[in-house]
Amino acid sequence: MSKQVLAKQVLAVPGVVIRFAGDSGDGIQLTGDRFTAQTATFGNDLATLPDFPAEIRAPQGTLPGVSAFQLHFADHSVATPGDSADVLIAMNPAALKANLEHLRPAAQIIADSDQFTKRNLTKAGYAANPLEDGSLEAYTVQPVPLTTLTVGALKDFGLSRKDAERSKNMFALGLLSWMYQRPTENTIAHLTTKFAKKPAIMRANIAAFHAGWNFGETTEAFAVSYVVAPAPAPAGTYRNITGNLALAYGLVAGAERAGLPLFLGSYPITPASDILHELSRHKNFGVTTFQAEDEIAAVSAALGASFGGSIGVTTTSGPGIALKAEAVGLAVTLELPLIVVNIQRGGPSTGLPTKTEQADLLQVLHGRNGESPVPVVSASSPGDCFDATLEAVRIALKYRTPVVLLSDGYLANGSEPWRVPQSAALPDLRVEFASGPNGVAADGTPRFLPYLRDPQTLARPWAVPGTPGLEHRIGGLEKADGTGDISYDADNHEFMVRVRQAKVDGIANDLPPTVVDDPTGDARVLVLGWGSTAGPIAAACAEVRAAGGSVARVHLRHLNPFPNDLGEILAAYDRVLVPEMNLGQLALLIRGRYLVDAISHTQVRGTPFKSSDLRNAIEKVISDV
Amino acid sequence: MSESLLSPPLTGPGPRRVPLPLITNPSEGPVKQSAKDFRSAEEVRWCPGCGDYAILAAVQGFLPELGLRRENIVFVSGIGCSSRFPYYMNTYGMHSIHGRAPAIATGLSVSRPDLSVWVITGDGDALSIGGNHLIHALRRNVNLKILLFNNRIYGLTKGQYSPTSEPGKITKSTPMGSLDTPFNPVSLAVGAGAGFVARTVDSDRKHLTSVLRAAAEYEGTALVEIYQNCNIFNDGAFEVLKNPATRDDHLLRLEQGQPLRYGSDGEHTIVRDAAGSLRPAAEAGATEGSDAEVIHDAHAADPALAFALSRLPENGGPTPIGVFRSVARPSYDRQVAEQLEQAVQASGPGDLDALLAGRDHWTV
Repeated sequence: MSKQVLAKQVLAVPGVVIRFAGDSGDGIQLTGDRFTAQTATFGNDLATLPDFPAEIRAPQGTLPGVSAFQLHFADHSVATPGDSADVLIAMNPAALKANLEHLRPAAQIIADSDQFTKRNLTKAGYAANPLEDGSLEAYTVQPVPLTTLTVGALKDFGLSRKDAERSKNMFALGLLSWMYQRPTENTIAHLTTKFAKKPAIMRANIAAFHAGWNFGETTEAFAVSYVVAPAPAPAGTYRNITGNLALAYGLVAGAERAGLPLFLGSYPITPASDILHELSRHKNFGVTTFQAEDEIAAVSAALGASFGGSIGVTTTSGPGIALKAEAVGLAVTLELPLIVVNIQRGGPSTGLPTKTEQADLLQVLHGRNGESPVPVVSASSPGDCFDATLEAVRIALKYRTPVVLLSDGYLANGSEPWRVPQSAALPDLRVEFASGPNGVAADGTPRFLPYLRDPQTLARPWAVPGTPGLEHRIGGLEKADGTGDISYDADNHEFMVRVRQAKVDGIANDLPPTVVDDPTGDARVLVLGWGSTAGPIAAACAEVRAAGGSVARVHLRHLNPFPNDLGEILAAYDRVLVPEMNLGQLALLIRGRYLVDAISHTQVRGTPFKSSDLRNAIEKVISDV
Repeated sequence: MSESLLSPPLTGPGPRRVPLPLITNPSEGPVKQSAKDFRSAEEVRWCPGCGDYAILAAVQGFLPELGLRRENIVFVSGIGCSSRFPYYMNTYGMHSIHGRAPAIATGLSVSRPDLSVWVITGDGDALSIGGNHLIHALRRNVNLKILLFNNRIYGLTKGQYSPTSEPGKITKSTPMGSLDTPFNPVSLAVGAGAGFVARTVDSDRKHLTSVLRAAAEYEGTALVEIYQNCNIFNDGAFEVLKNPATRDDHLLRLEQGQPLRYGSDGEHTIVRDAAGSLRPAAEAGATEGSDAEVIHDAHAADPALAFALSRLPENGGPTPIGVFRSVARPSYDRQVAEQLEQAVQASGPGDLDALLAGRDHWTV
């Protein structure tokens, strides 16, 4: 492909937000993924937001069936997928209608004019063709007969019209690849591998992709292409990664660094299933994946594996967490390592399966019977899912406790460039199993005390079946301190409840100092966040600062226990603003724990915050101080 | 790319590779042990006269003959009277949560195929709150020995009807009689695709031991229903099967390759009726005699005979005890282990750095 012959005008732009939209059967997510992969390889910084319905194939051409993929890429650091798109690729009228609200004024719209038939317009609720009736005059509209052009390009491939039409997403990808001068090699390679067993389809897709590129290059309708230069980044090897992939890799890496087998018990649930899919491909790492009969069996099997000396993991979303609660409580009292991954989605109940939310914080902290403390770790970006997972594994192994790892639908499916770590530089997570008696029986003989605690961590020994002399019984009934025998003694229960709490609270002594982002040092307002709001908060703070304002920012990795220095940090600011995609769950905890009059700023729309909205919220608080 | 405000960059010591899995069994092979080696120091707290005592004694008495060291044996239970069982065994054990023992044991057994894993459960634990896990363990053929203590009542919650209580049962929660149709655990297990299903009685130590032995020898899920008397809330539930005056006419002892006969002199015959069901000859209008008799075959690949046997009491016949079905199937544990080995053979041991870098990467 001739990329060097560019008679047309080429404009350098610092960054672009592109939104692909079409029917859920149009291959929009694949198109977005491929454009993202090209863009990542090119060296731009980027963030993505797949936005698709829960239905696999909603009725064709209807608004509920619209699937979209938004990508923000730039020659500088990118924190969010972008508040609004500069370019929309609309594969049909419904895609146009559903996505207009996501466009900035004067945005460019490339629409497949072939699909703007009377029938499709009616399905989308248009009385007249918006490409022709002037209703889009605030935008730059470029109708392109994508379907006809694709079918024409493939006329010699011996495909049915229907099969040929299916390649129109690759035609669109080719056109966009020309517009932004993306490298094309890995898309060709991807199509070659993906359709290796269907050579006719492979050739058709590659031909459509080339035809799209050539159309851009030759047609007068597209007069300009754009260059977005690579973004500066620290030296290293990079790849693009989604949150779920990074999380799966974090589990594999955690097990490798602990020298233990990984056992995943999981029941399929959106948006967590990809972790099960990914881990099931890595059996050569000693990873066992077990697709259980239900959520309860999934966590129970993981806990059984932990009892046997594996790193037990279960992955789910909010509804699954509700079902697993009793087994997590058992893990609390058994004091065995267990990783419980919650890829949060909109709730309550089935809620919004494919949309993001962070409304399970209080559930994972408090959604169990009895005093049942569980450490909670959260990830803040797709790539950060890797680090957060290693931290969850570290805490679980060191303190012999279930740990909840919170991610969400945005992190799970969104992607960003990720600097690949060297495995040797990852933390050493080795633990020692108990190997012999650690106490003395009443008659003076050595014996094993399964609930004798490490004085530093308060963790109990991990004695795995198969170890001679350490046979012991554990269970959900209250245990006597030290011996682990059944005990209904009042003093013992009081002690055991408090010592389990103290063990989890003590993890705070094992956390690094909290990083406060306060570049000028004179900010009076602190923005406190957790989870996937990191990107929008960072972008909003950058906008406030660029406009001359001062604002500080802290983002929490650990939600239980909180870092020891958090109270002092909060007290240093006049106002604390807590943006969350729920109705104020962290704000409630902060108020209760620190008596800080935190200002809660919330949104539950199933999508990440827009940085402009957050900027307004921050500036309002600053002006009120 | 997110500029992290979180923990400083992760660091650790130098390169280190640990072969997986680490776990090896340090002490295999036969060893001289006696029943008392399997008794824990915990005081047994069942009601005096409970059938559980006899089962505990039988298990402790028979385990030494398996030649397994006690550290390689694990008992996992759910909730209920029977589920206190692991506390009294000087092996590894877990008294878990209601109904979930088969699921917990599945994770343990699959990840540690070197262990002998036993599940202790009751009729409420296994068939009511934990019914789902039971049927799925059976269909997968996880290498578990499941001892289902069936006393047809909820004992620990003080006397409500259970999923195996007879229709019309008057209990604290059913003052006008239970409306539920009970489960027949053997029928359920056969229907779920179990490879090994047996039934025995708490008071018959010899029979109980022989069934436990057969279960232990089976590779895969072995379900053993044990009729167990709750002398407090459902006393005498199985009296007709135990009383010397009545048992011969109500109990059918299954023996491999032998005709299905019962009665004090084996005078009663079981025949197959036109619909394929098993019935006493008298009930079916057939004459007692050898020409119509049915030979027991627990190894039959087709589960029809095992299922028909399980329905005998519902068809006016005696209650069979013994091994209904014992058919070799590859265990789930073995197959999981084989896939792990195949993956290493196909792709080599995992290379973490190669995995993390992936195919589409670039260098700055």
